[in-house]
Amino acid sequence: MSAPARPESLALLEKLITALKAKGLVSEAEIAARQASTDRASPEIGARMVAKAWLDPAWRQFMVANGAAAAEQMGVSMAGAPPLGILEDTPSLHHLVVCTLCSCYPRAVLGYPPHWYKSFEYRSRAVREPRAVLAEWGTSVPAGVQLRVIDSTADYRWMVLPLRPEGTEGWTEEQLAALVTRDVLVGVALPRLPVAMAAE
Amino acid sequence: MSAFQPGDRVQVKDDWPERRGRCHIRTPHYLRGRSGTVERVLGSFPNPEDLAFARPAPARPLYHILFDQPPIWSEGEAGDSLLVEIFEHWLEPASPTPSASKEAA
Repeated sequence: MSAPARPESLALLEKLITALKAKGLVSEAEIAARQASTDRASPEIGARMVAKAWLDPAWRQFMVANGAAAAEQMGVSMAGAPPLGILEDTPSLHHLVVCTLCSCYPRAVLGYPPHWYKSFEYRSRAVREPRAVLAEWGTSVPAGVQLRVIDSTADYRWMVLPLRPEGTEGWTEEQLAALVTRDVLVGVALPRLPVAMAAE
Repeated sequence: MSAFQPGDRVQVKDDWPERRGRCHIRTPHYLRGRSGTVERVLGSFPNPEDLAFARPAPARPLYHILFDQPPIWSEGEAGDSLLVEIFEHWLEPASPTPSASKEAA
């Protein structure tokens, strides 16, 4: 019995890499480095950035002014990554991120986008009926709070910096970061205290 | 240098290159012909309409444009908005009366 045939796509990929190397456009080390940073990227990075911003006004200012530089300080390599914009929620304004054209997403600080982010339904509805979409997530934006939908259509990538929830006074950076989920960083959810604590 | 500054009223061109042949555009269809306000200048980036076809891609200024959300869909909550990246070559100064040019077209 012979071994199963190698997928054609794999052979094609090897040919492409060989051609790119021959032209001096990419090196084995660069590919390895990019793979490593892609594997490391997860919403925990964005969550740490947010928690730090809640605790340190100087860091918040720095991060809002230059998201990519802030990500670099968190140990993320932003080389070759699109610029990172930070959307600062206020008591009267909440941000929601979508890419109606494809699935632009701040991968450097959030990792891979979830399936729903790439779905036709989310992409078409988020710009048209954002409050209905959020309600389906169980997220209600209070009356008097304006909703701003960011259609991420071009060269920037956007991450939400939400409001720090009440009842978290004296919390450590780690405790705060645990409240900041992937969904919070895109704006479909708001940071919430664990039910047991909120009831206290 | 960018032609528009934060606070300027601008209009997205009511242009449909997809009707003229193969193209790659980053301007959402629902904003064509719509008016908004320049929120910030984001810098200059190689034109994706050229990049997609491996043509030389000159850098073009990119803006964050803020639109009122309800007028675009004829529904929604007053005060809600859309903030979208639009390249300069898709923008022109807004006509004096909102949506006038759209009706005339």
